[in-house]
Amino acid sequence: MVTLQKEGVMSWRRRTTGRALLGWFGWLMGVALFMYCWQQISASTTWFFVWDAPRVAEDIWSRATPPRWEYIAKLGRPIWDTLNIATLGTLIALCFAVPVAFLAARNTTPSALFIRPIALLIIVSSRSINSLIWALLLIAIIGPGVFAGIAAIAIRSIGFCAKLLYEAIEEIDETQVEAIVATGASRWQVMAYGIVPQIMPAFAGIAVFRWDINIRESTVLGLVGAGGIGLQLSASLNVLAWPQVSLILLVILAAVVLGEWVSAKIRGAII
Amino acid sequence: MVMSVDHVQNLPSHSELKYMLGRRWRKPRFIKRSWLRWLLGVGALIYLIAAVMTVEVNWSRVYEGLDRGWKFVSAFTSPDFVSRGSDIWEGMLESLIMTVTASVVGIAISIPIGLGAARNISPLPVYLICRGIVAISRALQEIIVAILLVAIFGFGPLAGFLTLSFATIGFLSKLLAEEIEAMSRVQAEAVRATGASWLQWINYGVQPQVMPRLIGLSIYRMDINFRESAILGLVGAGGIGATLNTAFDRYEYDTAAAILILIIVIVMAFEYLSGVIRARVQ
Repeated sequence: MVTLQKEGVMSWRRRTTGRALLGWFGWLMGVALFMYCWQQISASTTWFFVWDAPRVAEDIWSRATPPRWEYIAKLGRPIWDTLNIATLGTLIALCFAVPVAFLAARNTTPSALFIRPIALLIIVSSRSINSLIWALLLIAIIGPGVFAGIAAIAIRSIGFCAKLLYEAIEEIDETQVEAIVATGASRWQVMAYGIVPQIMPAFAGIAVFRWDINIRESTVLGLVGAGGIGLQLSASLNVLAWPQVSLILLVILAAVVLGEWVSAKIRGAII
Repeated sequence: MVMSVDHVQNLPSHSELKYMLGRRWRKPRFIKRSWLRWLLGVGALIYLIAAVMTVEVNWSRVYEGLDRGWKFVSAFTSPDFVSRGSDIWEGMLESLIMTVTASVVGIAISIPIGLGAARNISPLPVYLICRGIVAISRALQEIIVAILLVAIFGFGPLAGFLTLSFATIGFLSKLLAEEIEAMSRVQAEAVRATGASWLQWINYGVQPQVMPRLIGLSIYRMDINFRESAILGLVGAGGIGATLNTAFDRYEYDTAAAILILIIVIVMAFEYLSGVIRARVQ
């Protein structure tokens, strides 16, 4: 405990003078960094547009309302495509994520020195890059369409699912595994009867959670040409058809909320 | 030994045990009710067939692309940081600047909203308003918000900064509110019993309990903000995305590979940093 003597009275203080000064210096540097960054943003902003923003926002709002409801007839197929991108992408990702997770988990990896770093590298590179960027890349390689969207979602989800899954594998109860080993089970039998039942609830939870996120992400993949409802969104934006844009945004919002509701229900049933 | 309640429930009943006696052991099913299992299985199969049927794949195009894909993969072995060096540098700096400012502003705004969205310390009207803000922020995709903000505020990093701040509020407030709702009441009450004012109560009773988690979450969100800032450029909201998009459009895979490597390295650095800081505060 640190005390401060002031006019003969001892009073409590949280930090020593040196530490307090250090803390203040840290805050000063932080504020300076923030101000520098803000100046950079400010320098590359056309402030006239910003002061004009309320008028523009009002203008867009008046153009966008009411939404063009009859356009919804054309959105059935894109929504179906969006759902397929999210679901098939998640399924493909899970097929790859399971082996990667087993290779990455410290207690199941065949070689902690060689294979584990490779698995971790796969996880981090897949996770660091957004699905839109994966979509851009895949469109350049295999051409635009739903397939590129599915592949982009799948590649992005591998890292996410594998990371959560390998953390779940590392947290399993070793005594159960030992009990199976003690019966003389082979390596695969230990996996199937000792490890898999323990991580099954986590696995199902992760799958549904990622599916929910993928529904969100697949709605915008079309902006770069990877299929789904985003294609309609970008087409409407390009011709400034604001009533269609507002309708599409409402549909996307509904899809996202519905996806979250379904995943919450399923997770509630599992856990 | 104390057994948890669900352990007891999972044990088979007496009649079930009698039935199991003398039979070969079978793995318990993940879904117990058999009609539900069949319904889900058949439904999933029908859906999968329908989904795969409607996905149109131009296999000849894919086959043609494999060559280009291989070129991209091999570009990772010889990334080109130099020929577009100044563009990459500027874009990366802009992404980092957007990340820092948006994280600072977003965290500063999400703390009061997080306090308001915790049911155990805020009155009902405040709670409902704050939860509403959180729900709106979480339901809207970053990229869609960015499109709208670019339309309103014009091109440039300001729109990106506002987008990321907005997204940070939904994420951080929700998790902070959940943390506050799960805190121990005892400590908070002890501080209140000394006659502390509301601000002192928050500062000495609540804040110390949630601080480690808040710091961890803030750094995690900063990591997410950086990753998101890489795509905001696609719609004109500043950052490295514009450069990356141009590189893909011009089939300059070595430059694209360089940018992707930089993103991965920075994300890894963030993750390492967050690990160190979280280990220190917890």
